[in-house]
Amino acid sequence: MIKSHKTQAWLLLTPALILLFTFTYLPIATTFVRSLFGYGVQMGSQASSENYVRLIEDEVFWQVLKNSLWYALVTVPVSIVLALSMAMWVNSKLAGKSVLRLSFFTPTILPMISVANIWLLFYSPEIGLFNNVLEQFGLSGINWLGNPDTALPSLMAMTIWKEAGFFMIFYLAALQTLSPDLYNAAKTENASPLYMFRRITFPLLMPTTLFVFVNALLNSFKLVDHLFILTKGGPNNATNLLLYYIYENAFSFFDTAYASSLTVILLGLLILMALIQFGIIERRVHYH
Amino acid sequence: MTVSLKKILTLSAIGLSLSAFAQAKTELTMYYPVSVGGALTKVVDSMVADFEKQNPDVDVNAIYAGNYNDARVKALAALNSGKPAQLSVMFSIDVHELMDLDAIVPFDEVVSTEADRTWLKSFYPALMENGVVKGKTYGIPFQRSTIVMYYNKDLFRAAGLDPQKAPSSWDELVNMGKKLTKTDSNGHTNQWGVMIPSTGYPYWMFGAMTKQKGMKLMNQEGNKTYFDDQNAIAALNFWKDLGQTHQIMPKGMIEWGTLRQNFLEQKTAMMWHSTGNLTAVKNNAKFDFGVAMLPAEKEFGSPTGGGNFYLFKNSTAEEKQAALKLVKFMTSPKQAAKWSIETGYMGVSQASYKTPELADYVQTFPPAAVARDQLKFATAELSTHQSGRVRKLLDDAIQAVLNDQETAEGALTKAQKQADRILSRYR
Repeated sequence: MIKSHKTQAWLLLTPALILLFTFTYLPIATTFVRSLFGYGVQMGSQASSENYVRLIEDEVFWQVLKNSLWYALVTVPVSIVLALSMAMWVNSKLAGKSVLRLSFFTPTILPMISVANIWLLFYSPEIGLFNNVLEQFGLSGINWLGNPDTALPSLMAMTIWKEAGFFMIFYLAALQTLSPDLYNAAKTENASPLYMFRRITFPLLMPTTLFVFVNALLNSFKLVDHLFILTKGGPNNATNLLLYYIYENAFSFFDTAYASSLTVILLGLLILMALIQFGIIERRVHYH
Repeated sequence: MTVSLKKILTLSAIGLSLSAFAQAKTELTMYYPVSVGGALTKVVDSMVADFEKQNPDVDVNAIYAGNYNDARVKALAALNSGKPAQLSVMFSIDVHELMDLDAIVPFDEVVSTEADRTWLKSFYPALMENGVVKGKTYGIPFQRSTIVMYYNKDLFRAAGLDPQKAPSSWDELVNMGKKLTKTDSNGHTNQWGVMIPSTGYPYWMFGAMTKQKGMKLMNQEGNKTYFDDQNAIAALNFWKDLGQTHQIMPKGMIEWGTLRQNFLEQKTAMMWHSTGNLTAVKNNAKFDFGVAMLPAEKEFGSPTGGGNFYLFKNSTAEEKQAALKLVKFMTSPKQAAKWSIETGYMGVSQASYKTPELADYVQTFPPAAVARDQLKFATAELSTHQSGRVRKLLDDAIQAVLNDQETAEGALTKAQKQADRILSRYR
């Protein structure tokens, strides 16, 4: 009896296992093997650490890594804070809130490629929207994407604009499940709005925050579509991110071996972050 | 009863022969890139439709695949996946890498008749420089360009310059550029003298300046580069000075993709860009504009650019013959003329400029001939083994210098050292 239950369970799991194995574990394994054995697009017969040595010596790699970390460090917290504030705002009783909700959500509906094309024109130095606005105030324009100092922050701003609306939806849904009783009780105790946020809203939203945080962090490493349109990683690698650099190596330079070793690094980073998130932060999250 | 049986037999016989006919149709898949914007896909589609009309036994799937990089990625991915393309238009400078990957065959192995061999020699020699390796022809020119200088005649007039005379030397470029740069009382420049794009294909623009300095960036075998040559350093300093010293060009990067819009909105009096933009500029400019060859220093010069037809190795003999037929059609004088008129890319052979269509067009619209006339001074585009990586080294060096992060000498010496490391194993 127990045995047949087990068989049934395995049978039910099989399709998922096959998919996971073929499209996740197998590619990870081949990537790892290729990073050790490969050179260019070919495979050698002897394992070597050559690709990893190259990686350490590659100035561009270190710059790319630094860019990626900054990118995550800025876009993730800012878009979360923004998403939460927007959600609280459109959750309150105010006229025209459905229009407001929609307008916050619009950037999410647009594909990244179209967004990037729109922002390319916003950022354009001579004819772009931003510089035309600056000019109205008598300020001289900025070469947003063309200056290594402003290029990465410009990309960050666009990403935050795109991502915050998406996360707002999750916060909004979570806010609407919160019981009004808690707030009524707090009100009878004369609690200030800030106190209510700190002691009621924020703790109860923690599961959502964790979810949003995980997604935002993954996206900050996974989303590079806009680079193809906006900067192609330039100027002089100022906006080159890890995944884009992998793409460049694999498809522009035909160097799948080196791309594999970069992928192993990316994978390592993601695993490390997953461990931190679920191992440490989740302990502080209360599910109700 | 017998009649109906006969009917059935006849019908099925017709059906069989029809399906046999359908099977005999050769199917070709071809990827092609568009790098300058505009409705170029429509032009390709209509040319392919004309070909299919003339050749009912060939079925062509022409797939627009993004820019040059994307087209190469898609074609090679298809090749790996077992549903390969038989031919594609790809970057003319990909030839060494495609050979290293063993992906392409030379046209010499596919042509059989004497007429075909003459056809191989019917194109402008300058356009073949990136397509011929070790005496064999791997790339047939299709969407080919040189860099030309577009200039706004109205702004020339307003600045008191002769609108028929574009700058023909570096000194003239600087002097005229100064007259064409307009700065308001707040010190804000609302009209620039010249813009040279430094994103997208900076190495290409740089190739023009080094040619004007009388040098080449690499050897024909594609295993040696000369980035740290004194003339290259001087050329990069000149580029940088246009912005930093002479202040006739914005400092920092100038975006390849939006530059045409800048020119159309009269934010710059001159721009260096691919001749592939010509028809789009012609259709959208609300002012009088001209096209000129790039200015000379020691000599005139521009690299050629753009895409060639390649034949992939992994296809049947029949498919190769059909592909050859398609390439011959697409590059025939008549089609090349149509392509040139509708895009601004150049006619790839002398014969195409002798067709009544293109001859008339050039007569009524002389800018259409500038890219061709410049071919006399043209050189090959930067093309080496591991082209993508080597190109990026140069691109990064150029961008670092234009952004004032490094000196021209330092950046180019470093790029040369890294290029040497990559290329040494191909020597």
